[in-house]
Amino acid sequence: MAGANTSLDAEKIRQDFPVVTSSINGKPMVYLDSANTSQKPVAVIDAMTAFMREGYAPINRSAYSLAAEATEKYEGARTKVAKFINAKSSREIVFTKNATEALNLIAYSWGRTNLKRGDVVVLTHMEHHANIVPWQMLQQEIGIELRWVPLTSDFQLDLSSLSNLLAGAKVFSFTSMSNVLGTINPVEKLCAAAHAVGALAIVDACQSVPHAPTDVQAWGADFTMFSSHKMCGPSGVGVLWGREALLEAMPPFLGGGNMISEVRLDGFKCAELPAKFEAGTPPITEVIGLGAAVDYLNGIGMANVRRHEVEMSSYVLENLTARFGDEITIHGPRNPELRGATFSFAFRGIHPHDLSQILDQTNVCVRAGHHCAKPLMKIIGANATARASFYLYNTKADADALANALDSASDIF
Amino acid sequence: MPGVEDLYREIILDHYRTPRNRGELPPPAVCTEGNNPLCGDDIRIFLDIADGVVRDVKFSGQGCSISQSSTSMMTVAIKGKPVEEVRALVRRFKHMMTLSDDEGAVDESIKLGDIEALGGVVKFPVRIKCATLGWNTLLEGLNSSQG
Ligand SMILES: Cc1ncc(COP(=O)(O)O)c(C=O)c1O
Repeated sequence: MAGANTSLDAEKIRQDFPVVTSSINGKPMVYLDSANTSQKPVAVIDAMTAFMREGYAPINRSAYSLAAEATEKYEGARTKVAKFINAKSSREIVFTKNATEALNLIAYSWGRTNLKRGDVVVLTHMEHHANIVPWQMLQQEIGIELRWVPLTSDFQLDLSSLSNLLAGAKVFSFTSMSNVLGTINPVEKLCAAAHAVGALAIVDACQSVPHAPTDVQAWGADFTMFSSHKMCGPSGVGVLWGREALLEAMPPFLGGGNMISEVRLDGFKCAELPAKFEAGTPPITEVIGLGAAVDYLNGIGMANVRRHEVEMSSYVLENLTARFGDEITIHGPRNPELRGATFSFAFRGIHPHDLSQILDQTNVCVRAGHHCAKPLMKIIGANATARASFYLYNTKADADALANALDSASDIF
Repeated sequence: MPGVEDLYREIILDHYRTPRNRGELPPPAVCTEGNNPLCGDDIRIFLDIADGVVRDVKFSGQGCSISQSSTSMMTVAIKGKPVEEVRALVRRFKHMMTLSDDEGAVDESIKLGDIEALGGVVKFPVRIKCATLGWNTLLEGLNSSQG
């Protein structure tokens, strides 16, 4: 049995995910695009459906008990998320639309208050556009300077000149794991390096929170963010975590209902955290779905998820290399302990778009393109790559299906 | 689900393997660059236009089999043609790709020849952008070369 000798029973877990066990035209689904967005377990689907069928109501606004219960469920999800990443308090958890909005919130609200012309923000060459463009917008607007931590030849961050790059910096914002290379970065060390020069440490944790235990206090980070849809939860909700003192000192991002404590004709007063950053009616059902996703992942155990993915990585790396040798180029670290189970690759000179089209014939779902990391793509010398990413519901059989489908792709070209 | 044989017709693969008019033209030829933001493909079209005629055309850049072969076939079809005919051909092609543009009526009698083979792309909506990348870039080039 696939899964029998791994740290969690992926065969059993698969059964919780309707799309993962579905088939098209009689051929089973091989879903290998979880770095993009993950599939949803029945527990999440049911929690959202049940809320909409039986408990739907506004939050924070009405005295009737249906609304009070909805508020309790919504705030309950906040507490679950806070515990999940070991935040000091649930007041430090802000629900946004997605991680992208959270990064924009920081750049807009913290950045415009605290940065001035010539101030330095340090990023890395492996960032997602979401952690590049908001800073470039500030660069255009107020003339901050952007510096970049380069890569080594084995797809790690090149930290040899980090102290030079960080000298005088106000912000160091970096990903905990590359969504293209799979590289896992030394988050604690990078946060410490930022703090050593008095810079803020911002961790884009989109690719690590769904896949491994997270402890923002152990990281020593100042802000982090991630998206529900990559961690078995619904789309439409993201999480911003920030140290309370920082969030407290920041001006609001969006203005409107829910984020105020007082509005008069001559001005307004902000609500307390975290409502201050949650203007308007939030995605209530989705937040409750995220809470259910956190429960689901806790039930499996994030350490087990991580171990499973290390095992999947070993298997994928060994098998693809053994089978295809030089015909496949994997852009990322070879050591499964240093990477997540996300593999960008080039195969037999076939363009990734064509490759993913052919894999689709056997329902093998991989992403083709630049993965919202165009600067990184340029650095690794590829316009586009195919990317297969594995999660807790993927088995060795999925990895074999990928290899078989790849092999058949060259018949056409 | 439509089969990939509808997509990867032999003539398409032929243009992919052996692209025609690949290369660059020196100024004063007009160079226009087009990107497919979805997949990172990019294409450059070089147009030498004089007296309302496309006297020469070349293309460079990277892309998938569909964008490369579509552009290659396009260059063959437009080389030596009057600009007005080229524009009518672009409209005809985009119409086949189920895209309309506001630039004028489609002349259904225009023969597409080999380009007809790209008709299967319509069954794969995500790839329509690949097939039209070169054509849209061409349009931009035509517009800018006419000041
Ligand atoms: C590393 C990283 N950062 C940010 C994002 C943006 O996430 P979202 O599109 O959910 O806002 C992603 C998603 O692809 C990502 O992988």
